[in-house]
Amino acid sequence: MSDIVVETHAVTKTLGSGAARVEALKDVSMTLRAGELTLLMGPSGSGKTTLLLILGCMLTPTAGEVRLCGTPTAGANTEDLARIRREHVGFVFQSYHLFPTLTAAENVQLALDVRGDRDRTARERACAALGQVGLAHKIRSYPRELSGGEQQRVAIARAIVANPSLILADEPTAALDGRNGQGIMKLLAENAHQRGRAVMVVTHDPRVMPFADRIIEIEDGRLTHEQPGGAKRVRLPKATAFGA
Amino acid sequence: MALQFTLASRNLFQDRLRFVATMIGIVFSVVLVMVQMGLFLGFGRMVTTMIDHADADLWIVPRGAKCFEDPSLLDLRNRDRALAVDGIADAVPLVIGFADWRLKTGEMTPIFVVGADLRDKTLQPWNVVEGKADSLSAQGAVAADRSYFGRLGISGLNSTAQIRGHDVKVAALTDGIRSFTTTPYVFVDLRRARNYTGIPAQKASHIIVRLAPGADVERVRQGLQAFSSDIEVLTPEQFGDRSRSFWLFGTGAGAALFAGALLGLIVGTVIVAQTLYSSTKDHLNEFATLRAMGSSNQYIYRVIIHQALLNAVIGFVIAGVIGAMVVQATAKSALPIVITPTLVGGLLLLTVVMCVVSAIAAIARVTRIDPAVVFTR
Repeated sequence: MSDIVVETHAVTKTLGSGAARVEALKDVSMTLRAGELTLLMGPSGSGKTTLLLILGCMLTPTAGEVRLCGTPTAGANTEDLARIRREHVGFVFQSYHLFPTLTAAENVQLALDVRGDRDRTARERACAALGQVGLAHKIRSYPRELSGGEQQRVAIARAIVANPSLILADEPTAALDGRNGQGIMKLLAENAHQRGRAVMVVTHDPRVMPFADRIIEIEDGRLTHEQPGGAKRVRLPKATAFGA
Repeated sequence: MALQFTLASRNLFQDRLRFVATMIGIVFSVVLVMVQMGLFLGFGRMVTTMIDHADADLWIVPRGAKCFEDPSLLDLRNRDRALAVDGIADAVPLVIGFADWRLKTGEMTPIFVVGADLRDKTLQPWNVVEGKADSLSAQGAVAADRSYFGRLGISGLNSTAQIRGHDVKVAALTDGIRSFTTTPYVFVDLRRARNYTGIPAQKASHIIVRLAPGADVERVRQGLQAFSSDIEVLTPEQFGDRSRSFWLFGTGAGAALFAGALLGLIVGTVIVAQTLYSSTKDHLNEFATLRAMGSSNQYIYRVIIHQALLNAVIGFVIAGVIGAMVVQATAKSALPIVITPTLVGGLLLLTVVMCVVSAIAAIARVTRIDPAVVFTR
């Protein structure tokens, strides 16, 4: 049994008020374990992003409990949540959200800088992370000089450089073509399987299923189904549906 | 280089048009404040120029005299009384006042006569560039500043004119002795100053006191003050302060200069605040990303403050260059702008404060940022 990185128990999240009040999550209990890549799938408006925000400590639940690396988030203020995020979580966004005025290496180094890691090794660690995602030759490139796939690799390097226990990826392949999407999923799977991180990918894309250890489905704010992913059967598949 | 500084500087220079607008705002503001304060200092120096150049340890002035140019008169018996006080080496009367200068063409122009006993050298023309101050003892000799050639209708040494019907000849020319009133100073011998101003022989405008070596200024001052209630005995600093206070604040000139400086500050603050706010707004997504990555609010504030400080330093340097040119251009004018190291330091501090205060709106905007927006954009 892998180590539990994130644990939720009976999480409920209500958004809005009055007539606009929506129960975005209802009684969600789940775990994310180190060494596993979990897919969170569901239709639009099903509560995927809300759950991602709660797991990533950007939102706190209305009811229920969330523990990240053993730390409960209940009662935490925004600065406490930010501290938990920088200590434990790496994010990969659908739109990359790289800083256009910074080079690839600087973008990655920023994740260390916000943690206060500003010693001489910070730059080396940023370059090493870019090396891990196959961009050692692009460290001085600005985002505008990179392709979409390369930008997402920089974003992954930024997410992993500080050795987080949890990587949360929101539709990381949505803006990419098949080949680049496959490359990104490989990188995320490697991070789960070889570096022992808990990785959760929110996606609509069925082509990423072969990379998953677990697939959780959500609908109307409830977890409806859980099944083993393709990675349980074939780790790091050489051929996937991408680009097919 | 710290990454926060890198991010701040690149955010700043990314939008060059906005950067230029910011710089114009800061430079306009700083130059305006610099000029206003430089005028204030320049004015402050000009109104005390006679006091500053007099060889005086103490001044005896008519009670209530507001400035050097005050037309009130003293009884000259005060001089004899002063000489009787212990610790006084000399007490020299000074006669000053407005008079009419008749040009050769017959035109009249007002002048301000400064008459001192030239043997005592208490208040002689300085910066003499042609002729000699000693030659003022000759009949009808005067010293004038060469910047007033046009006003006085003279062309150099030995030029002639009339003061109150008396023939005068320019025996010495000075450089840079200008009056803030634009009325030219004309130095003459004490005795003739009475003729030119109509001040009688038993009166004087001020008495310049010089102390004997080792005398205690305050004790002598109190001793002098004790023998008449019609006079005031002031140190040069006190007299200078009183003159400055009168001309700068009694006349409203100083308030106008300060109002101009304040206006410059407000304009600068608004422009910098507006551009910094719009820059921050343009980079909100990046700040939200930083927040999502777990940065503290303090981290983001520092990026914005770095931007503000960069604005301040660059703007100040440009303003400094322009200010130096303005100082150079006004050096020979009737009211030169004076920039002192203290003013430069104060302006730098003011610029920094202005830019940092301008960052408050941007910081307030960032404080409300929701990191979750990065998942919806």
